Amino acid sequence: MSTPLISIRDLHVSFHTQDGVVKAVDGVSFDVMPGETLGIVGESGSGKSVTANAIMRLNFGTQVDVSGEIIMNGKNLLEVDDDELRTLRGRQMAMVFQDPLTALNPFYTVGNQIAEAYLIHHPKATKSEVREIVLNAMVKVGIPEPTKRMDSYPHEFSGGMRQRIVIAIALVNNPQLLIADEPTTALDVTVQAQILELIGTLQEEYGSAVMLITHDLGVIAETADRVMVMYAGHAVELANVDELFETPTHPYTVGLLGSVHSLDDSSRGALQTISGTPPSLINLPTGCAFHPRCRFELGENSLCRTEAPQLHAVGKSRSACHLPESQLLQIGAKGGV
Amino acid sequence: MATVLEADHVKKYFPTGASKWLLRPTDQVLAVDDVSFKLEAGTTLGVVGESGCGKSTLGRVLAMLLKPTDGSVRLNGVDLATLNERDLNQVRRDIQFVFQDPYACLNPRHSIGESIATPMKVQKTHDKQGRRQRVQELMELVGLNPEHFNRFPHEFSGGQRQRVGIARALALNPKIIVADEPVSALDVSIQSQILNLLEGLQNDFGLSYVFIAHDLAVVRHIADEVAVMYLGKFVEYGDATSIYKTPRHPYTKALMSAAPVADPKIGRERKRIMLTGDVPSPVNPPSGCRFRTRCWKATDQCAEVEPQLVEVVPGHRVACHYPES
Ligand SMILES: Nc1ncnc2c1ncn2[C@@H]1O[C@H](COP(=O)(O)OP(=O)(O)O)[C@@H](O)[C@H]1O
Ligand SMILES: Nc1ncnc2c1ncn2[C@@H]1O[C@H](COP(=O)(O)OP(=O)(O)O)[C@@H](O)[C@H]1O
Ligand code: SF4
Ligand SMILES: [Mg+2]
Ligand SMILES: [Mg+2]
Repeated sequence: MSTPLISIRDLHVSFHTQDGVVKAVDGVSFDVMPGETLGIVGESGSGKSVTANAIMRLNFGTQVDVSGEIIMNGKNLLEVDDDELRTLRGRQMAMVFQDPLTALNPFYTVGNQIAEAYLIHHPKATKSEVREIVLNAMVKVGIPEPTKRMDSYPHEFSGGMRQRIVIAIALVNNPQLLIADEPTTALDVTVQAQILELIGTLQEEYGSAVMLITHDLGVIAETADRVMVMYAGHAVELANVDELFETPTHPYTVGLLGSVHSLDDSSRGALQTISGTPPSLINLPTGCAFHPRCRFELGENSLCRTEAPQLHAVGKSRSACHLPESQLLQIGAKGGV
Repeated sequence: MATVLEADHVKKYFPTGASKWLLRPTDQVLAVDDVSFKLEAGTTLGVVGESGCGKSTLGRVLAMLLKPTDGSVRLNGVDLATLNERDLNQVRRDIQFVFQDPYACLNPRHSIGESIATPMKVQKTHDKQGRRQRVQELMELVGLNPEHFNRFPHEFSGGQRQRVGIARALALNPKIIVADEPVSALDVSIQSQILNLLEGLQNDFGLSYVFIAHDLAVVRHIADEVAVMYLGKFVEYGDATSIYKTPRHPYTKALMSAAPVADPKIGRERKRIMLTGDVPSPVNPPSGCRFRTRCWKATDQCAEVEPQLVEVVPGHRVACHYPES
């Protein structure tokens, strides 16, 4: 086993709001291995973006408590100061967001923005060097006519091309970890396919690890090596991608997979659903956060309602569910039916 | 079977922003450009395509929220253009619209009971007492707690708000519902809840649906017939099973191949058709076949002659000079 590139331990992020304390991330632990793609999947509000933003140490404002450890190259990222953070961002980890327009500055040419990202880590680079790097980066992400397009502004590009530029900026310093938060959610499906392929190709070329966040199980299936499933601020399952789709080991994952509609599903019968809606993060249910929606929940006064389940080995995966291993494996094998 | 809704060479062009300044009436967005179809009673037409291809515009024309630039829409055989305002008002009850984001069309200061009752109030179909009763009936029907009629939109989740939107659309017992991306903004587990609800209502009330979505898999589940749109046109249209099994237009094929599959084994093995570039502007669409700039099969003929939508197998029409077989 190689050592993890980054280890997240017992990460908590709570926001203090007028309505109460929002436990957006509530004790999440996982590793990302060098060069792998870790997919993070979950419904909206499950804490995916907050987890990513915590790793990037993005500003959450003042009304927030962050605790736990984020260890990368022997340092706890939650403890490094702003100066050091600047030296880490871009080189150690970089991020691609859902909406490329908010990531780009409308008043600078895209060439300038790629150059600027490079110069942060190479302040002594000469003009011609930087120009070379920028052109090269644009070629790599598939921008046609880069010598001409480097002087264009973000609004002169289509959504897909803008996302390519954001990727060029993220990768220009060859980071060890690329965090992509719903990078294709705003794009059409034919463009999504292009961008996912691009991320995969560049990942191989640069050897970066990728943390790919999405709500789309199809995207997960096509890109991830390993998957973490999040629900209400918790990691409920951690598994290899084949395992996850073949034998899910958490009732929530089972429900999620059951509600996916597929292209070759001609059945007009009722789709499986998960009843109810995700809980309020201000007033999380006691015990397992999923228990009010769970079909297998063990009932009154059971562990499901009194004790928060922790991730533990179930089959070849890790699951945070109180049901006995044999039952979980059975539920997963049958797809929950 | 009876045809309830028919579109006959429907066009909807919008003036572009620029034309206001340059006064060039030729600059138009060809949002919907010559679309024809028939919708049979109790069935669902799924309309798919990437953003900007004209799905919402078509839906709005069908639901009488927009007037077509050219062509006609017939409801139960009656050409809507021939009706006076009073008769139009009558027919408006028969065709209702469900929006992608119910939040955008629910007044935040109105209780959801008031929102659901609005069509009945506007059309003066029920008195106050009757409206109240009907609202609770409708809420029950769409799976909302009828006791919550006094609550406000912000107290509901996205899925529940979509149920409110559906309840309102049902208020006047319509025959047709045009649903524009009704589940696109919802999480997948909630999507299935709403799809199941729509299917149940169709079975119970014999409703016909025009179901608009960009997600092919969602449409697969609900549609009897499918229309694939590209730059304002139907490029493939017909029986859903036939189209999903054997897509014949290169664009449909590419669209299906691009859709991610929630099965890693299939995903790894299949060969994907990767389209290059983006969709061209609907202001100056390519000559001939509008898809030709991204099509791997394109020839000179494709640039010169516009392919017509022709039936290649019974119930399956394609607009392509070189359809797949
Ligand atoms: N700055 C903030 N202040 C208060 N609540 C927040 C803030 N950022 C995120 N949240 C809440 O945290 C929860 C998790 O959000 P997020 O990580 O964005 O979810 P997702 O899984 O959709 O990416 C949500 O309920 C969200 O409303
Ligand atoms: N009111 C309008 N004025 C001008 N252009 C419009 C208007 N509504 C839509 N369009 C344009 O018409 C085209 C089709 O839009 P739309 O029907 O919304 O597509 P879709 O729903 O498939 O994404 C797009 O180019 C859009 O910009
Ligand atoms: S712990 Fe209990 S409630 Fe939670 S998922 Fe497992 S069975 Fe369901
Ligand atoms: Mg997010
Ligand atoms: Mg639309």
